[in-house]
Amino acid sequence: MALKDMRDIYNETLMEMAENDDRIVVLDADLMSSNGTMPFKERFPGRAFDVGVAEADMVGIAAGLSSVGKIPFAASFCSFAGRKTYDQFFISANYAHLNVKLVGTDPGVTAVFNGGTHMSFEDGGIMRNIPGLIVFEPADGVALRNLVKEAVEHYGSTYMRMHRKGNERFYSENETFKFGKGKVLQDGTDITIIAVGLIMLREAMDASELLKKENISAAVIDMHTVKPVDRKLVLEYARKTGAVVTCENHQVNNYLGSAVAEVLSESYPTLMTRVGVPDKFGEVGDLNYLKERFGLTASNIKGRAIELLRNRDRLRGGQR
Amino acid sequence: MNNAELVLLKRKAKEIRKLTIDQIGYLGVGHIGGSLSVVEVLTLLYYRHMRIDPAKPKKRDRDQLILSKGHAGPALYSILADKGYFPKEWLHTLNIGGTNLPSHCDMVRTPGIDMTTGSLGQGISAAIGKALGNKIDGISSYIYVIIGDGESNEGQIWESAMAAAHFKLPQIIAFTDYNKLQIDGYTYDVMDLEDITSKWLSFGWFVQRIDGHDMQAVDRAIVKAKDEKCRPSMIILDTIKGKGAFFAEGVITNHNMVFNYETAVKAIKILDKEE
Ligand SMILES: Cc1ncc(C[n+]2csc(CCOP(=O)(O)OP(=O)(O)O)c2C)c(N)n1
Ligand SMILES: [Mg+2]
Repeated sequence: MALKDMRDIYNETLMEMAENDDRIVVLDADLMSSNGTMPFKERFPGRAFDVGVAEADMVGIAAGLSSVGKIPFAASFCSFAGRKTYDQFFISANYAHLNVKLVGTDPGVTAVFNGGTHMSFEDGGIMRNIPGLIVFEPADGVALRNLVKEAVEHYGSTYMRMHRKGNERFYSENETFKFGKGKVLQDGTDITIIAVGLIMLREAMDASELLKKENISAAVIDMHTVKPVDRKLVLEYARKTGAVVTCENHQVNNYLGSAVAEVLSESYPTLMTRVGVPDKFGEVGDLNYLKERFGLTASNIKGRAIELLRNRDRLRGGQR
Repeated sequence: MNNAELVLLKRKAKEIRKLTIDQIGYLGVGHIGGSLSVVEVLTLLYYRHMRIDPAKPKKRDRDQLILSKGHAGPALYSILADKGYFPKEWLHTLNIGGTNLPSHCDMVRTPGIDMTTGSLGQGISAAIGKALGNKIDGISSYIYVIIGDGESNEGQIWESAMAAAHFKLPQIIAFTDYNKLQIDGYTYDVMDLEDITSKWLSFGWFVQRIDGHDMQAVDRAIVKAKDEKCRPSMIILDTIKGKGAFFAEGVITNHNMVFNYETAVKAIKILDKEE
């Protein structure tokens, strides 16, 4: 059976919780049909607000709702949720210590045919600079359902980077999740691959298979929460494997790769390499074209991992 | 505009409509609705009103057009190709990796595009900047800009509405493609724009409201707007989203549609039969 789209799981989870929790409200900016929340609006018409194409207004309204005790989930594409509402989210929601759950959809290259204007490689990075904000990116439907529930439990604003169409399956139904606690999907001894998000976790898992054929044992970690990043887990695996590759459907600056580099360089300097989008704008194309274009593929991860191990061995003066 | 001219322009508009359906149908998915509702106004601008030279797309004193609702790019690409800004073959590369014709207008990639758009709400601001810059340089060309009705939800539209009137820029001639639809439904259900005429009037603009598919009426409105000496112009075009494509017109979800090439060919045949 085909998996439900991530957006439908987002909607279902909110509907489920809203049945018993009337604090939950939903906002969209003319992307309710795109983000899957039309059924929520039909079930709870008084608690779903489509504000039209007005993202800044949406986030401001969400802040107001939060100030009177509601828990607003407000969504737009990552490009607009991230770039366009940054000041409203920063000031009205975060600086004011309110509780707005902002959701960006179609992360990175998954904006495909909408092209460069809609392709966000930087939203996670700019969000990571907001003090105290939780920034997370679920890699499959199980993680999404659990982390949305976590967001409701947690008082304080959050930013979720959500894959919108399609889904993956990495976890069993009863898996549990906590913000800031990464998941080891596969243990390994030679190198650690830390990934975030649906498409990159899939590529990371595939890369570990490719590496196995080269007799390289790779651990794979799902770092679903990029802020706060799981320091303990990063350090544990850096010690264990001595080499780290990060993988993100995002610019390599300021998101996962940077968070991991900060931990490592301050606490346990370890050679690492960041797979992700270089200092570039997005562009139009289908998913395969864009993944190739920006190096977001298992074969690139594999190549970069092997190069990293070679460099490390050269530095250690040894041979592999 | 005499009758013979009108007949020719109508024929051209039909050609552009067909090229647009063909272009999106070839890829199989795209913003068909909002592309088809602006065909008449774009045709009038590019084939009758704008002082432009396809051989010199960056000529400093040219008239310019900002398609602020940048997702209607395909309609404009049909015109730019027809006018020779780039080869017609490009039209079948819409949205293919590496293309020069992305779904939203991109002045870096596409010859003849005067402003990059796609994040809604930004077009009139850019028009103000162009008009102010031209004024400094003693250039008296027109800056045309087309915004969507859904796009008009954006706060920046109203910031720029205030500024264009404040800076007294009659060389800005703007259009609202009032097709009454945005992505999530009818504008009056999602975010009502009425009374749209009074809104623009009260911001200090010269406002006209006409049938956006009536080429004679659109032409007259542009002529009148050009005559206006103090205020920026807003021409509200009552239009039909998806106009002229049997599978899109009147369909509420026609913003971004998946349809195959056979459907496109059929739609084009139907247009050919009409006269
Ligand atoms: C800032 C911004 N928010 C959201 C979108 C996504 N989007 C693209 S078109 C559209 C609806 C626009 O409606 P309208 O302006 O009426 O366009 P038209 O009906 O002419 O196609 C939306 C929400 C966007 N491109 N930019
Ligand atoms: Mg519209």
